[in-house]
Amino acid sequence: MPGQSVGAVEAQRIHFSEPLPLRSGSILPAYDLAVETYGTLNAAKSNAILVCHALSGHHHVAGYYADQPDNIGWWDNIIGPGRPLDTDRFFIVGLNNPGGCHGSTGPSSINPATGKPWGADFPIVAVSDWVNAQARLADHFGIDRWAAVMGGSLGGMQALRWTISHPERVRNALIIASAPKLTAQNIAFNDVARQAILTDPDFHGGHYYEHGTRPMRGLRLARMLGHITYLSDDQMGEKFGRELRNAAFSFDYDVEFEVESYLRYQGDKFAGYFDANTYLLMTKALDYFDPARLDGGDLVRTMARTHRDTNFFVASFTTDWRFSPARSREIVAALLANGRKVSYAEIDLNFGHDSFLMEDPQYHGLVAAFLGNIKS
Amino acid sequence: MTHTLGRPDFDVIAAWVEPGHRVLDLGCGDGALLKHLIDTRNVHGWGVDIEDANVLAAMRNGINVIQSNLENGLKDFADDAFDHVVLSRTLQTVRHTEGILREMLRVGREAVVSFPNFAYWKNLRSVLDGRMPVSEDLPYQWYDSPNVRFFTLLDFEALCGQMGLTIVERRVLDESGDPVSADADRDLNFLGSLAVYRLTRPR
Repeated sequence: MPGQSVGAVEAQRIHFSEPLPLRSGSILPAYDLAVETYGTLNAAKSNAILVCHALSGHHHVAGYYADQPDNIGWWDNIIGPGRPLDTDRFFIVGLNNPGGCHGSTGPSSINPATGKPWGADFPIVAVSDWVNAQARLADHFGIDRWAAVMGGSLGGMQALRWTISHPERVRNALIIASAPKLTAQNIAFNDVARQAILTDPDFHGGHYYEHGTRPMRGLRLARMLGHITYLSDDQMGEKFGRELRNAAFSFDYDVEFEVESYLRYQGDKFAGYFDANTYLLMTKALDYFDPARLDGGDLVRTMARTHRDTNFFVASFTTDWRFSPARSREIVAALLANGRKVSYAEIDLNFGHDSFLMEDPQYHGLVAAFLGNIKS
Repeated sequence: MTHTLGRPDFDVIAAWVEPGHRVLDLGCGDGALLKHLIDTRNVHGWGVDIEDANVLAAMRNGINVIQSNLENGLKDFADDAFDHVVLSRTLQTVRHTEGILREMLRVGREAVVSFPNFAYWKNLRSVLDGRMPVSEDLPYQWYDSPNVRFFTLLDFEALCGQMGLTIVERRVLDESGDPVSADADRDLNFLGSLAVYRLTRPR
């Protein structure tokens, strides 16, 4: 792996006392954001890159904690000295979005109105709400314009939303393995995941914290389903095939195939640390995302709201069927129709939707080249 | 005569574009032509290429590049989005010849096409000697050539006529990139190694 890790990092928690009006009409009265930064903000505050997280991500994007050396950031392979998001040059900001479960205000936080966890009463947040919260985070750091806003999947939707909501504040946008809106099939997957959680007897209408339980079974199933859709058929075939844990069939319903073992492990692990209400919120934010809706569904008109000087890099992965290349190309076509400065790459990687988290010379080379063109 | 980056057709094309024009370069490679046009003519440029290495090189050159297969047409591009659509030394590698020409003139006001002329006398002599030609403009062996269409100036002009395309300008270059002139088209077809055309279609 070229370049180095950013090394030991520390998270900070930043309080915002100004209420945040939400897309749904609700208002988040006050909130905390869990944030990590890497590198140094220059005097002109012109070298900042915002990294937006996807469904299960958070503010711990790179490096590790001194007391938890195995807790490595979720996109560590792309950030650090000599890596594509070069911390010798850039100031990288990662945060946990409102509604999250990793330190930012979310359903498991205390609702000041009741003194109890928000639970199901936490307002539903949209991608545009996250972007507005991120804009306040930029204000906090004194950053008028991001050198770049970047994200994969749901994170890419936030990068895209930035260029529409705050066009003058984004010099470069990297929208990776994303889409301008979900398809019916994609919403359907999300709904099955939600149903798994909502029908878990331990869910208690979202107020499970008070009952001292967690809807682990539902969350586990939701993650197992999601996980299948993030991988490619080929990759699963190569990784597991029809391998059995024991040589012969056991003719019962215990774990037999390796793929079952893997999925159950992933589901258990996820259900052990993730909050079910946050999972519900994140999937709704995905489903609602459709910036062209306000322009009568015309994405070309929506992309006319972007800034003519913003450079876009849109990337997709050949084996990603959850956010297929065709969906990325819709974004590219709408940008081109407006004469915007856009580059597009279709990267041949075998890891399905998860490809965007993988290290690959072509993929990382393109990100490095795109960011390398940013003038200091 | 020295030519820009050793590509004589670049100078011809640069003379045909105006500052501020929108230029789409199909099969843009490392983006050298667009970079030249941006630096010298101040155009707005986008490139299209299918090869990973070319997309990466173009990105490193600071060029807007779209990774796409020309054989599938230009469906990501809107009608009349560009002033010029360039296909430099690439038409001979495209299977859907008519399709790509039609698409170029759908998304652009003008098409600029350069290609190696198979009827160049050295190529003909090579074939008469029993071997497929290898030259400055046809630099491949028959077994490793990306070229799938072999045609001449006269062939190309016949196709343009058949498709109802208007030839606005034509430049014919010899193997060292210098302009060739002759009174008869037949002679040009014999003397030219590379041809560069500027095309429009009636609207």
